[in-house]
Amino acid sequence: MAIEVRIPTILRTYTDGAKAVEANGATLTALIDDLEGSHPGLKGRLLENGDLRRFVNVYINDEDVRFIGGLEATLADGDQVVVLPAVAGGAR
Amino acid sequence: MLTIDQATYDAIVAHAKRDHPDEACGIVAGPEGSDRPERFIEMINAAGSPTFYEFDSTDLFQLYKDMDERDEEPVVIYHSHTATEAYPSRTDIGLASEPNAHYVLVSTREHGNNDGPVEFRSYRIIDAVVTEEDVTITPTEESTP
Repeated sequence: MAIEVRIPTILRTYTDGAKAVEANGATLTALIDDLEGSHPGLKGRLLENGDLRRFVNVYINDEDVRFIGGLEATLADGDQVVVLPAVAGGAR
Repeated sequence: MLTIDQATYDAIVAHAKRDHPDEACGIVAGPEGSDRPERFIEMINAAGSPTFYEFDSTDLFQLYKDMDERDEEPVVIYHSHTATEAYPSRTDIGLASEPNAHYVLVSTREHGNNDGPVEFRSYRIIDAVVTEEDVTITPTEESTP
């Protein structure tokens, strides 16, 4: 079972420059743990205190995971996961 | 150095003036590796705030999907400051996540929604280090009808 995970430019230092990697997991939590095994350091860039970081977006098949269960969102073989850092900022 | 054509420069300034006093934001995409900002894309500031901007997460996904299909990348990421100078704030620096992009800041504090000059400055923001760069504006090529 394999799930394609698209990696944004800023995190490709953890994937030897690869734009996409494969990982396994029945939930997003399990997938991130699996990714950490093959690409140490990645988990800390996605999670903070056990939650998805506020300014990191993760999508499963075009859906923002925040709308489909967050870290408990379920995954199946052939799903595509996309990680995108928020584009945000401001004078505040 | 950022090289940008007059029409794109004008479009960024017009967007910033129109959305004042809220911050305006958007992207200029270009062919991957070209460093040429060619396709101007206005984004909605989902924060709708005078001190913060954020692309809506669904819009962001669609934007990156479109760029991916066209072999483009974000060459310019722009936003406005509406009461302060056109220099990256601590928030801007902390959240900058495109090491290949030119971060353009426009300040509308002088003239708001009205005509008049704006501060238009460009930066690289890599690993929380800000480097200002020159901006060169080139004449817009007329497309043949």
